[in-house]
Amino acid sequence: MELRVSDLAVGRGGVPVLAGLSFALSAGTALVLRGPNGSGKTTLLRTVAGLQEPMAGTVAGAEDRIAYAAHADGLKAALSVAENLQFWAAVFGQSDIATALAAFDLAGLVDRPAGQLSAGQKRRLGLARLMVTQRPVWVLDEPTVSLDAASVALFAQAVRAHLAAGGSALMATHIELGVEGQVLDVTPYRTQALDVPMADEAFL
Amino acid sequence: MRALLIRDLRLALRAGGGFGLGLAFFLIVVVLVPFSVGPQAALLTRIAPGVLWLGALLACLLSLDRMLAVDWEDGALDLLATSPLPLEGVLAVKAVAHWITTGLPLVVAAPALGVLLNLAPGGYGVLVLSLALGTPALSMIGAFGAALTVGIKRGGLLLSLLVLPLYVPTLIFGAEAARRGAEGLDPSTPLLFLAGITAGVLACMPFAAGAVLRVNLR
Repeated sequence: MELRVSDLAVGRGGVPVLAGLSFALSAGTALVLRGPNGSGKTTLLRTVAGLQEPMAGTVAGAEDRIAYAAHADGLKAALSVAENLQFWAAVFGQSDIATALAAFDLAGLVDRPAGQLSAGQKRRLGLARLMVTQRPVWVLDEPTVSLDAASVALFAQAVRAHLAAGGSALMATHIELGVEGQVLDVTPYRTQALDVPMADEAFL
Repeated sequence: MRALLIRDLRLALRAGGGFGLGLAFFLIVVVLVPFSVGPQAALLTRIAPGVLWLGALLACLLSLDRMLAVDWEDGALDLLATSPLPLEGVLAVKAVAHWITTGLPLVVAAPALGVLLNLAPGGYGVLVLSLALGTPALSMIGAFGAALTVGIKRGGLLLSLLVLPLYVPTLIFGAEAARRGAEGLDPSTPLLFLAGITAGVLACMPFAAGAVLRVNLR
């Protein structure tokens, strides 16, 4: 089953930022979104993840298949690395966290409270969360922020393994990951901010 | 959902303050009232049920704004919204966790603090019963208010104002039941009303809270 986005328009606070987007993401493929800061990549990813309604168009094949990772990792400083992962595994009805810990080189940190991790280690833990969800479509917003070169390589390896296992990934990133995939530049789809068809949406 | 409840309770225990804050506030209110109104035992006996209920309500209000704000700030709320858990369930669990960390300690502590206010000897049972029936509604209404104001800077003020009128029926019937109990009258009518309000709140509020949170997360 593929994720299919057709003629999608997305907006922030009732103001459309991107319109007329169409793409399909089939099993085993990756799609990288590019575009300058503020071009609407995050809004697009939030819409695909189901956190906000599209202003027009449809997102098909996303229901209960998406693992979303945003700028914030949703980690609890008072819980250990293992407890953080176990919580998300339980939420998604899974129990295996060892694979994810190994894939992101976190095995030596399992008992460390997440609050004592460095920014890069936190990010790795946040990405490891994707693996424990066992969901097929990864929707990633700037996944490599604060990662060093070795960790980026670990992440690229995890994405490749995920794709090889039949998963797919939609990500917004500015760096070259070395993962096979199409690239979509969102710049041509930007809309003029003055064109506001649903102005009252801003007050909802 | 059980995992979420366990996580929230664990966080409340570890981060400190979760269990203690509401209870400490309740204690302060109840300890200070005799100093402010004077040591007339008869007057204290008369106002004790109302003061205990008011103290419990304000203690409950104190910790509401952190119920969702923490998860909002670290991004966990977005991730929970994209998880298989229904948002209504997430909010109901949040309310349960809030009740266990705030409401339940208040219920347990109320009899001890009743002594400080010279509560009539016959009133303890009804006081505990009315608090046990009423505080779950306070937590659930609070979850609705928190969902409504999540993401707003300094949302605590707005939250208190929004939640205040919704708390009034619970306070009226809860304090009335406790008063009747303390005066040796039959408290069953206000207790039934209180139970009815709580049941209605528990049935409806998770859906209302889920709906407003969905709008807020956009």
